Amino acid sequence: MTPPGPEGLPGLPAPAGGGFFRRVGAMMRKEFLQLQRDRVSFATMILIPLLQLVLFGYAINTTPRHLPTAVLAHENTALTRAILAALENTGYFALTARPADEAAAEALVRAGQVLFVVEIPAGFERAVRRGESPALLVAADATDPVASGSALSALSQIVERAVARERFAGEGGPQGSGTETAPPAFVIRTHPRYNPAAVTQLNIVPGLLGTILTMTMLIFTALSVTREVERGTMETLLAMPIRPVEIMLGKIAPYVMVGAVQAGMILLAGWYVFGVPMVGSLALLVALTALFIVANLSIGYTFSTVAQNQLQAVQMTFMYFLPNILLSGFMFPFAGMPRWAQWLSETMPLTHYLRIVRGIMLKGADAADLARDIAMLAAIMLVAMLIAVSRFRQTLD
Amino acid sequence: MSAALPGLAPEPDDVIEVEGLTKAFGGRAVVRDLSMRVRRGQIYGFLGPNGSGKTTTIRMLCGLLTPDSGRGTCLGLDILTQSREIRRHVGYMAQRFSLYADLTVRENLEFVARVYGVPQPVKAARAAVERLGLGGRERQLAGSLSGGWKQRLALGACILPSPRLLLLDEPTAGVDPKARREFWGQIHQLAADGLTVLVSTHYMDEAERCHAIAYIAYGEVLAQGTVAEVVAGAGLSTVTVSGADPAALMAELQGRPGIELIAPFGASVHVGGRDRAALEAAVAPLRARDGLAVRPDAPTLEDVFIDLMNRSQDNFR
Repeated sequence: MTPPGPEGLPGLPAPAGGGFFRRVGAMMRKEFLQLQRDRVSFATMILIPLLQLVLFGYAINTTPRHLPTAVLAHENTALTRAILAALENTGYFALTARPADEAAAEALVRAGQVLFVVEIPAGFERAVRRGESPALLVAADATDPVASGSALSALSQIVERAVARERFAGEGGPQGSGTETAPPAFVIRTHPRYNPAAVTQLNIVPGLLGTILTMTMLIFTALSVTREVERGTMETLLAMPIRPVEIMLGKIAPYVMVGAVQAGMILLAGWYVFGVPMVGSLALLVALTALFIVANLSIGYTFSTVAQNQLQAVQMTFMYFLPNILLSGFMFPFAGMPRWAQWLSETMPLTHYLRIVRGIMLKGADAADLARDIAMLAAIMLVAMLIAVSRFRQTLD
Repeated sequence: MSAALPGLAPEPDDVIEVEGLTKAFGGRAVVRDLSMRVRRGQIYGFLGPNGSGKTTTIRMLCGLLTPDSGRGTCLGLDILTQSREIRRHVGYMAQRFSLYADLTVRENLEFVARVYGVPQPVKAARAAVERLGLGGRERQLAGSLSGGWKQRLALGACILPSPRLLLLDEPTAGVDPKARREFWGQIHQLAADGLTVLVSTHYMDEAERCHAIAYIAYGEVLAQGTVAEVVAGAGLSTVTVSGADPAALMAELQGRPGIELIAPFGASVHVGGRDRAALEAAVAPLRARDGLAVRPDAPTLEDVFIDLMNRSQDNFR
């Protein structure tokens, strides 16, 4: 047989001289057809820009307002009510809690439930009247400098002005000659806690621990089941006497160790390179990090029981990872997000883990302070595992 | 291999015994009302065209698929309710190589041994390597083995946990003739040791090596029995016509009444039909022609299957 010459095989139409556009067109047509069949890729293309638009457009706010604030009032007078009203009127503070004593206020900050504690000392109004210029204490959780910074900087002027107006109204006229030279009626003493120098690394490094673990753990397990399906080994595995739970646990366990190594590396680097302190219990952090790792592995495993192939698994992981990064409080202040976004991020393990890891490392929070986040993390893990095991098909039906 | 296993009733004479198995995917019946029996120690061949339901049937037998209706037992265990237990005693070899390509030969075998709870898995794997003649290759990645060796490894992994029934789905697809022959030698040895083997295949020579065969098309068993029984049951008569250009002969004979089968074989044409007299009448004019030889011959299994397939297609449409 002679190889076909440039004139082509006998009986076939001779190839047209051009044909460039025909071939490119054929290729394009084929690509579109395949794209149509690949629903997950298609969804990713539409959803990722949509997600980014919604999250960046509506949810994310780098000068957050309505930050949760606890009020520890040792007296309740017209003046203190006026001050608190003025605080709320600035829009930066939302008075969400009234702890009974200092310990309760402290616990709220450690648990990350409030960012500020405004403390009004006893005898405040009397001291103002006497011109003693008493101090109003505002303790801020400065672990995230972005979250607390703008509120703190706005604090002094706005409150002072508002209170001055209130005082003049209450006193029936200005005391001074209308100039601003009189000594201030009271001073606001701010106290940035945990990260007084506003070092970004102190906030970022513990957060990185969470995000890196989320990304790697999700990817590892998301690929694990789909890889078996894609390579055809799942069929043999299913024909063997092994239960879905056994397969899942056997697949998750090795990555727990991988996650532990990663966590150890990040913690060591945080300690030695970035000088991140370890105020709380290391043992507690280790235990809760393990919980977080397993939670992420379970979610990744759930993805892998849904995805048809490894590419889809990666796409799903990415779709899940994006809101995690944006909404969890890693990149942008959690407190600054609207309510719906906060609710959404409560369903993500990273949100809870960030509170846990920052709470333990920077604020010395203990298990009791973090009980809510620990419970949520465990609940998310259990739900993901249940879905994964029930979704895992024991047969090829 | 015949040692009584805990939790398993004494092995019945019928290792596989199913009735009325039906399975549909997306509203299309792939297996319809299928019944079959396979006796202990038999090598049972499962034949049929692509998409005829062979793989689906095998998967139903080992619990990978749940039948929509029908009943049956495998090793005396109910295929609907005891598929867990069945899996423990069945070796299933999927159509596609489905061991771990990124594990070595020995790691694959050890994994299988551990999942099945074979005592001393390392030792068992090493013994299997020896038995399979894979010595020297045990550190090789399974994915880098040639087709024949892959298939040998897959079979070795199947029989490692000492199953009582082997379900082999087209085990020799894409394997060279020598490896195929060795493979069948091994299957016969296993059957002689008391193992029951259900094997699906496209190859007629392989079908003829089976103790019994079933021909399945469009989800239904069309013929069952020994090879001789199936051939006799088809009632086909065939002749070989030689001495002229086969293509011209075929063009001439095609469509004549009495001719239901026609296929070129080298320089001759193989012609057949169920009505002997009509076939004779159809080829009679050729006998008179110069240089042409018309010889009656015995129908082959392939003739029977092509005929069954043609007819079932007619019924199906």
